[in-house]
Amino acid sequence: MIVGERKPFEEIQKLLADSAKVLLVGCGTCVKVCFTGGDKEVAVLASQLRLAAAKAKKKKVLDELTVERQCEIEFVDEVAKRLPGHDVILSMACGAGVQMLASRFPEVPVLPAVNTTFLGVLERQGLFVENCQGCGACVLGTFGGICPVSRCAKSLFNGPCGGSQGGKCEIGGDVPCAWHQIIERLKKLGRLGNLKAPVAPKDWRSARHGGPRKLVREDNIL
Amino acid sequence: MKNPISNLQRVLESGAFAVTAECGPPRSADPDVVVRKGLLLKKCADAVNVTDNQTAIVRMSSIAASALLHSVGVEPVAQMVCRDRNRIALQSDALGASALGIRNLLCLSGDHQKFGNQAQGKNVYDIDSMQLLRAVTDMAEQGRFIGDDHVMDAPPRLFVGAAENPFADPFEYRVERLEKKIAHGARFIQTQCVFNLEKFGKFMALVRKKGLHKKAFIMAGVTPIKSAGMARYMRDKVAGMDVPEELIARVAKLKGEEARAEGVRICVETIRKLRRMEGVAGVHVMAIEWEEVVPQIVEQAGLLPRP
Repeated sequence: MIVGERKPFEEIQKLLADSAKVLLVGCGTCVKVCFTGGDKEVAVLASQLRLAAAKAKKKKVLDELTVERQCEIEFVDEVAKRLPGHDVILSMACGAGVQMLASRFPEVPVLPAVNTTFLGVLERQGLFVENCQGCGACVLGTFGGICPVSRCAKSLFNGPCGGSQGGKCEIGGDVPCAWHQIIERLKKLGRLGNLKAPVAPKDWRSARHGGPRKLVREDNIL
Repeated sequence: MKNPISNLQRVLESGAFAVTAECGPPRSADPDVVVRKGLLLKKCADAVNVTDNQTAIVRMSSIAASALLHSVGVEPVAQMVCRDRNRIALQSDALGASALGIRNLLCLSGDHQKFGNQAQGKNVYDIDSMQLLRAVTDMAEQGRFIGDDHVMDAPPRLFVGAAENPFADPFEYRVERLEKKIAHGARFIQTQCVFNLEKFGKFMALVRKKGLHKKAFIMAGVTPIKSAGMARYMRDKVAGMDVPEELIARVAKLKGEEARAEGVRICVETIRKLRRMEGVAGVHVMAIEWEEVVPQIVEQAGLLPRP
């Protein structure tokens, strides 16, 4: 899923400094699952903002709406119905959702309440880890299901570097060395030979470095 | 045999036990620091490594400092890391290095930027050290760039090397990785500092088993311990270092000048033992910010005069 983290309250307040009528829009997909921007989080943030406005003796309209997915135009149409009477949208979706709203409502400022952090998994309750960078050319088949692009701090294709010790990455903390994991796993699978072949420099065009990406599915076009 | 590209290559191919030293460029634009260090090392080393923003702290560029050394008759080994430049810049710098007279190039991944004074920076790692080895080797031997059919009329003249850390994990895979580096074009290897001779001996046994010492020149890294504090710091804070407790204890018993003398003695003993190890083609002396001690170490190890 796309994992996000709510921005600090002070930053959100600053973003809304000039706005009196705010429509808070949550998203019921990824950011709901990671407890960042679903209906519950929208309610909590709205209450916080109302409280802060009351304390500062400012009049603010803070209405709430959570749609199924902010990244799909048909769900975003629900926002159009609620928008009249508001001068700004505060989106609690990922960056994709924020931009979808911004393109759908060119006349209204759309502000982000969330920092989109990464594509990851819920490793255990309360712990999300990054597992994919969406590089557009998946190599997990070669590397034992462990991604060197997103999980090695240097995105090495021929690791591990000389800083790997005791299964940990040189950047410290408790970061595991992805290359140590790749080797251990391939050994268990009897496929260590996968690492013998030279790995040519990666074609990063599929990973954003060729410019913003686009996927056309002719078979889906109506 | 073809004429050697560099003095380092000449010494290694002659079968003599080679010596390289290390010069860390200054955190300033002062050329005199580089020249002073270089001249100090000139008579005791066959070539002098110039680090490339080591530990991710901004310093004078490795290629500029290497060119300064070359200008005063000291042969440099320019280090080149993949952290800060993409394939365009790396290949361009390899051409530039050769044009400036630099003849040895050491290809490295580079320390992560979190260690340095620019921790908020973005790293590059467009290609890794293995791919860089292949790239500069293809440039030098075939006159070709990565993925380009164009053949250049004057390819760079470079003796290409790589590093390996026998003390990093997973241990057995280190030799596999060394083999891969050699297959990617590394002609010489400089290892991480050897303090744990027993472990290094095991590493070399695996190297010999695969015959890798016959395919590339393996130079063992050594570092004189300046104080027990420095040794502990290296053990605890420097990624991939293995400093046995008994060595630290030998230095910890002594103070100041005596501790430093013990550090030098340990280093000389280590070099003598490494020299007897089959497959070790030389030593790489990394006296970090203590370059003035290198001539003494090389002399006491019985490695002067240089061939």
